[in-house]
Amino acid sequence: MKGLRIVAALALAFVLVLGIGPAAQPAFAQSPAPANPLVRMATTTSTDQSGLLDYLKPFFEKETGYKLQWVAVGTGASLKIGEKGDCDVVLVHARALEDAFMAAGFGLERKDVMYNDFIVLGPASDPAGLASATSASDAFGRIMKTGSTFISRGDNSGTDVKEKDVWKAAGLSPKGAAWYKEAGQGMAQVIVMADQLGAYTLSDRATWLNMKDKFGLKILYQGDKGLFNPYGVITVNPAKWPKTNIEGARAFMNWLTGPRGRELIASYKIGGEQCFYLY
Amino acid sequence: MREAFYLLFSGDPETWGIIGRSLRFSVFSTLFSLVPGIPVGVALASRDFRLRRSLAAVVNALTALPTVVVGLIVYSLISRSGPLGALGFLYAPAGIVMGQTLLAFPIVASLSYAGLTKLDPRFRETLVTLGARRLSRLVATLREARALLVAALVTAFGRVTGEVGVCMMLGGNIRFATRTMTTAIALQTSQGEFDRAMSLGLVLLLIALAINLVIHSLAPHEN
Repeated sequence: MKGLRIVAALALAFVLVLGIGPAAQPAFAQSPAPANPLVRMATTTSTDQSGLLDYLKPFFEKETGYKLQWVAVGTGASLKIGEKGDCDVVLVHARALEDAFMAAGFGLERKDVMYNDFIVLGPASDPAGLASATSASDAFGRIMKTGSTFISRGDNSGTDVKEKDVWKAAGLSPKGAAWYKEAGQGMAQVIVMADQLGAYTLSDRATWLNMKDKFGLKILYQGDKGLFNPYGVITVNPAKWPKTNIEGARAFMNWLTGPRGRELIASYKIGGEQCFYLY
Repeated sequence: MREAFYLLFSGDPETWGIIGRSLRFSVFSTLFSLVPGIPVGVALASRDFRLRRSLAAVVNALTALPTVVVGLIVYSLISRSGPLGALGFLYAPAGIVMGQTLLAFPIVASLSYAGLTKLDPRFRETLVTLGARRLSRLVATLREARALLVAALVTAFGRVTGEVGVCMMLGGNIRFATRTMTTAIALQTSQGEFDRAMSLGLVLLLIALAINLVIHSLAPHEN
């Protein structure tokens, strides 16, 4: 009985100290607080996994008084979250999907933010001989011809949409082939998988820059105009979901595409390399 | 591995923030689950009604509810396009607590039911003979079975602390807001940050161990 009491007291103390204690929140110097300070964003995994958003967040919050939260889930999923009204703003990279989102009336306003490019990663041994490929179509054709393992995002993300476009442009259909693996995961997860399996994959440059030191993969093809990767920011239409924090969404959009956001995006470097470029 | 210990013992604020947040969510959801859980357990144990056995079987089966199914159901409820959308629970702590409460409830109900039926039947008869009223009979019964109820509570706490489906789907793994130990481990492992993942894994292991010690220390008491 005494033992029970001691254990219970210890458990209670443990819970009180760790569980109910005040949350460790980073403190920011606030400008005059907006009425609804929380801006909720759905975004592609690359803006998160490249570290860009973690870099921008404190500046945005300090300079505008808003508080930015995001879920990083891929472009297709981000737009779906916007469609359902579960975020205020989306930051994505698949122009065709973005245009469809706007056309259907889910978005209020869209602005170009920045761009970089997609690259083909693979094992240093390069079994498909991508190093001498002449175009993205040629590179993908060599992977298919040699039956080299290729990991597809398979999640309707911006990168996934781009990859399917490249296969289509090359007139190839890899779906269902044993060497073509659809992961259904974020970019960083797929890079880890490709590294583990000695496989090829298509990645955005920013995520790769943030991870490359840990992995044995190499950039084996880059530079095709078709691998252009533009990012857009869209505010969710409050006519559809009245609870949308449209002031906050607009504040983020304007800050991000304004002089301050542009300056910070251009200055964001990983290992001395610029990740995103401005128009 | 050394890096993992370093992160813990150097008091890395983000790591400890995640630990505190996880425990806070679990404490609240476990406590909330008591509200329906104990009465259901008591009702199943003390009253005889039609379908009692089938109901007990259902509650028992629900203890194995897959976390992603709970995540999916609650998601469709609390999305702004869902019936409870106005609450704004999705991608917020409230969503996680709601999902975890649903996970914990059948565990509390089923274990408290099992515990109460294990009491010596003479205990109840004695109370009746002594002329105890219904309410005081209930209080006396819960007192007698308190070790078992604590075990139910602790088991439910362990289940919600270690689950990843609800946290990921309803919380969205938002840094400094809804990132918990399990979603952080999933994220960090996927990005190759094994040391950070390992430090949180150690904490989860310690919690599981502590929970088992508590349950173990309660066990002799029930006999």
